[in-house]
Amino acid sequence: MMGSSRYGGREARLLEVLATGPMATVQDLGRPGRGDLGVGRSGAADRGAFRLANRLLANPEGAAALEVTLGGLKVRAHGDLLVALAGASCPATVTDAAGRTWGIGHQAVERLPDGATLRLGVPSHGLRTYVAVRGGLDVPEVLGSRATDIMAGLGPDRPAPGSLLPVGPPPKGFPTVDVAPVRDPHPVEPVLGILPGPRDDWFSPEALKTLCAEPYEVTVDSNRVGMRLRGPRLERAREGELPPEGMVPGALQVPPSGQPTLFLADHPVTGGYPVIAVVCTRDVDRAAQTRPGQRIRFRLRRA
Amino acid sequence: MKPAFRRCGDHALLVEVGGVGEVLSLYDALTADPPHGVTDILPAARTLLLRFERPAHHDTVQSAVLRARPADGYRPAAGEVTIPVVYDGADLADVASLTGLSEREVVDAHTSTPWTVAFSGFAPGFGYLVGGDTRLHVPRRAESRVRVPAGSVALAAGFSAVYPRESPGGWQLVGRTDVVVWDLAADPPALLRPGTRVRFTEVRRP
Repeated sequence: MMGSSRYGGREARLLEVLATGPMATVQDLGRPGRGDLGVGRSGAADRGAFRLANRLLANPEGAAALEVTLGGLKVRAHGDLLVALAGASCPATVTDAAGRTWGIGHQAVERLPDGATLRLGVPSHGLRTYVAVRGGLDVPEVLGSRATDIMAGLGPDRPAPGSLLPVGPPPKGFPTVDVAPVRDPHPVEPVLGILPGPRDDWFSPEALKTLCAEPYEVTVDSNRVGMRLRGPRLERAREGELPPEGMVPGALQVPPSGQPTLFLADHPVTGGYPVIAVVCTRDVDRAAQTRPGQRIRFRLRRA
Repeated sequence: MKPAFRRCGDHALLVEVGGVGEVLSLYDALTADPPHGVTDILPAARTLLLRFERPAHHDTVQSAVLRARPADGYRPAAGEVTIPVVYDGADLADVASLTGLSEREVVDAHTSTPWTVAFSGFAPGFGYLVGGDTRLHVPRRAESRVRVPAGSVALAAGFSAVYPRESPGGWQLVGRTDVVVWDLAADPPALLRPGTRVRFTEVRRP
């Protein structure tokens, strides 16, 4: 299918998915305020990068966009579109209907003409790339949000080859910058700030020091729910079970193995293992950009 | 009990109270008049988690919680539902042997006491029910099932629950119901919300 579709004389603007790579989901800023019904917030794993992609296009910050894990996305424009990429920087090329191919920039406002194909390669570092479209992806909302919650199984249908993702009407405002210069946000061994608690008293007095002394490796057992980490064991000071309590993104929950799990966007609403410390909100975004095999360090921040 | 406060990162406060009744009283008081900047009020077994955004911070949220006037002695305001159950669950015999009751006595115990939704978790619309017959306290199964059908009625760790959708699960299955407890087309989508009173009734097999 080439070119734009027309319905009742109005041009339908949409993205046709040709390939998704390892995983691509539609995300927005999630569904806050429903935790008491067992529904987590979800939304973009790297909220800062997601917002930036939307701001570049003068979209509302929460307009739905694609979250692409480890590149590999291929989409075709139906109608002339403006797109912006943010998050993990990957090689990105556009091939137009006439077969001409050119590279496009990261964190920049780029044209995706009618019939053109956008291809993302594998990012050299970082994990999640956001592909925002001016007007936002206008897929149906579920409980007030277009976010895909892989833990709860909530949200729009998972994009797959052949999916047609409608693009909403362009916002009133216009992009005011062409490109957003940002220092490389994805260092090889990121240092994440943590605040102790709420259950640091369940651990030995040395456990917080241990957590901050040596790096922890991100294991392959990691996804939007959380990242299982491997490193020095965190010793408990008390045994027994914690009654279930509310969890937040960035929580470092410690099961009996003593190896922490760092919760991300689709974390369980409540959990029963004690949380020794919580990663600072702005550093949760950086955690969400680390890959399996990469090492991270924690540093205690004062509240 | 005077609440205790624990910081949970830079944007949340964990409020610890005595137990489920106090959690629900405070939950009602706070949801009726949410503190400025608070986006989520999440009741759990002995705690409420309050997530907030600027301009709120830990101290302002803590003051708001201390100003809240929860009712003494919790009176549920979230309504009452009746859930008809066919008691033919795969673990009914195990629950009987774990509790020392007969299967008939397990069913009678489950239906004779009203339950209350204390909090949600595990899955959307999965309510943890408390207040039932204390003889029904059984542990989770040694091995979790990969697939538990929607509508399964289950027991574990002093709670009862109705599985809202098909999912993995480690609770002891005592029966099943046709009542839909999670419906995306409904507002709110969850039938069993914190504070809802639940009565189970037995449906005899035809």
